[in-house]
Amino acid sequence: MTAPYVSLTGMSKSFVGVKVLKDVSFDVRPGEVHALLGENGAGKSTLIKMMAGLYTPDAGTIVVDGKEMKFASTRDATAAGIATVYQELLLFPEMTVAENVFLGHYPRTALGIIDWPEVRARTRQLLDQLDTFDLDVDTKVLSLSVAQRQRVEIAKALSKNARVLIMDEPTASLVEADVQRLMAVVRQLRERGVAIVYVSHRMSEIFALADRVTVLRDGAHVGTRDIGEVDERELVSMMVGRPIDSLFPKAEAAIGETVLEVKNLNHGRHVRDISFALRKGEILGIAGLVGSGRTELALTLFGMTPATSGEILLDGKPVRIASPRQARDLGIAYVPEDRGLQGLVKSMAIRKNVSMASIEGVSSGIFIKAGAEAQRALDAVKRLGVRCRSIAQPVGELSGGNQQKVVIAKWLQTNPKVLILDEPTRGVDVGAKAEIHTIMGELVKQGVAILMISSELPEVLGMSDRLLVMNGGRVTGVLDRAEATPERVGAAMTRLETGEAA
Amino acid sequence: MAMTGIDLPPVRPRTGLQRPGALRRLVSDYGQELVVLTAIVALFIVVTMVNPRFISTNNLTSIFAGNAYIAVAAIGMSMVIITGHIDVSVGALIGVLATISGTLAVAGYPVWVAWFAPVLVGMAINSVIGVLVAYARIPSIVVTLGALSILRGGLISVTGGTWISGLPPEFLIAQKRLLGLPVPIIAMVVLTILAALWMRYSAFGRSLYAIGGNPEAALATGIPTERRTVAVFAIHGAFAGLATILFATQLQVIQSTVPPNLELTVITASVIGGVSILGGTGTVIGSTLATILFATIGSALIFVNVSAYWLRAVIGLLILATVLADMLRRRGRA
Repeated sequence: MTAPYVSLTGMSKSFVGVKVLKDVSFDVRPGEVHALLGENGAGKSTLIKMMAGLYTPDAGTIVVDGKEMKFASTRDATAAGIATVYQELLLFPEMTVAENVFLGHYPRTALGIIDWPEVRARTRQLLDQLDTFDLDVDTKVLSLSVAQRQRVEIAKALSKNARVLIMDEPTASLVEADVQRLMAVVRQLRERGVAIVYVSHRMSEIFALADRVTVLRDGAHVGTRDIGEVDERELVSMMVGRPIDSLFPKAEAAIGETVLEVKNLNHGRHVRDISFALRKGEILGIAGLVGSGRTELALTLFGMTPATSGEILLDGKPVRIASPRQARDLGIAYVPEDRGLQGLVKSMAIRKNVSMASIEGVSSGIFIKAGAEAQRALDAVKRLGVRCRSIAQPVGELSGGNQQKVVIAKWLQTNPKVLILDEPTRGVDVGAKAEIHTIMGELVKQGVAILMISSELPEVLGMSDRLLVMNGGRVTGVLDRAEATPERVGAAMTRLETGEAA
Repeated sequence: MAMTGIDLPPVRPRTGLQRPGALRRLVSDYGQELVVLTAIVALFIVVTMVNPRFISTNNLTSIFAGNAYIAVAAIGMSMVIITGHIDVSVGALIGVLATISGTLAVAGYPVWVAWFAPVLVGMAINSVIGVLVAYARIPSIVVTLGALSILRGGLISVTGGTWISGLPPEFLIAQKRLLGLPVPIIAMVVLTILAALWMRYSAFGRSLYAIGGNPEAALATGIPTERRTVAVFAIHGAFAGLATILFATQLQVIQSTVPPNLELTVITASVIGGVSILGGTGTVIGSTLATILFATIGSALIFVNVSAYWLRAVIGLLILATVLADMLRRRGRA
């Protein structure tokens, strides 16, 4: 077994008196993928930021290649061969790929001016090593997709001769096909002897990629295991500190009559001739690649982009939905894909966010009944298990999972018949994710009809009673729970026209 | 208790959750307002120690009554800024409305017509601005910059810069007293309290904060953001009309110009009072207190024998300090 390239021992760190990391040890060897797991707030980011030289530890030692190091800045860490690809990519959109890759360490000619032919040639070489032959080094970064930008970031790291590559949730914003490609790149880097620290929430990737896995919880080291020694269930319970019964607790709910029926619905290029029915107590999953029209369909049903033609029937009666307000009044709720953008007013208190969609329900005349409003918010916070200091806390201070629960709480106040959940667990940690799935189960038991959009295949497969697959704005398949296998769904996601779809 | 729309068993019950205490809520909801109030009180104490005549009733009523119209205009302005917009034309609007009101009064119309005309015309003009902002989606700063030029230029062209004199005495409501207090002070206090209650406890007021905090989320929650935007501009126009009544009836004549930079003074009052220039937070109580603070500083400078020209510099420092504090607060919760 090779010796670790970087090893951290006894790392501790406090911020304003709060210990966020307690005596954590971690190491990574050349040619290994070491996954770092933990819920939000477990200390993963703090640990990798210390490795990257962004934070200085209060206690603990960093040994790189046998020598003890003190990183005063990210420059020191880079010099020691440690590079990081952050979740938010740090590229300059107005510059070309080549300009970005060598930014800060451009090769120079004998005269001391930047050697552009060399910059472009070496960028080409780095991209080719990543099997990214399709990316032009002279394209501006702003025209690239997220996946392409990520590869530019990786090339940038390699251009600095990184021996250790830290990847912080690299697949969080990628679609499935790009995830596969990224995983191929990671494997290739491992074969070339790069040591990789891989932070991710997604179990399937960890089992596909990692050699070892380290779990953190509440700033403490829970354990480090070889990947062969553990299974998914064990990892999850290490992360949340309690056993989780089932990853996708599909609640058995009685499925009733049709609540929502859509016939030949159209809006622009992304919602084309869509028909389906949703029944009481049912979870209908919508699968499809990004750009397949999933979110656009939700926005049309919710009145954000009203349908240009087609019919929507609610409880058998035709309705016209021209605004979110009308949709709300008809009993349709929409938990949006991007909760920061469309779901929450982050500067506002939890109490005010919870009542926002149902303000008439806590008002008499034109005035809000403060007591009733607070009581509802308190009840909702307790029922959904929102972890917060008080209901007066601004929503922006909560973690992703808790923010998502506030959005769900807001819509439950309106007593919806149809609940549309768009990526309900994106950016949410494992514990909160299971809780949101449990909430979904409880809701369908009470007769709510749920339309769930998710990019995460195991989630759609695990939670849905039926599955609607979309591509190019059209329905390309309708599958029952029993017949929905990853292969069939994947085939339908890339199919162009409706085949045997019902 | 089945208060929630849909019942759910607790996922992981949390104990110890409750509404925070009254004092903590006061400090967290009215932080900036308390700061401004403290500054006013401190200023009074210091200046009175230097020159005891400062605290005389005459001085106080003249400070407050003369500036009340700014506070009233700042109520509407605060609502507009809370909603995430701005209006740089309010000074010019008040000038136009004052001329309309004075002309009607001199022409022999009943005084109530002369009083109500500016309110109605203010609402009408600002509704047009609101429609352009909400439906044509032109940024409010651009629309109101245009309105500023049109109103100011139009006023000078139409009046030729002449003053209106010969106003009937019963028209001059700002010179009257009610229960021994000047009418402008009563109007300022009553309008501030009513507007504050309405902003804090009405669904309409709440929706303005939501729109200013995150317009997309407000729309996606079923708040009719466009209608609300037009409405808030119209209400702001009504407050500009009320401010006009107090402004135009102070003296025996109405000038065809308003104090220079009146719109900036009004915006400054909102900002120093704690209304975030980025929208979503602040109260009308803050803007009224800030108006009182400026007036007090202006008068205090005279009483301690400092050139009143320093007033602008002091207010400038206050603006920067307030906006800096706002940015730091926002960074803390980002």
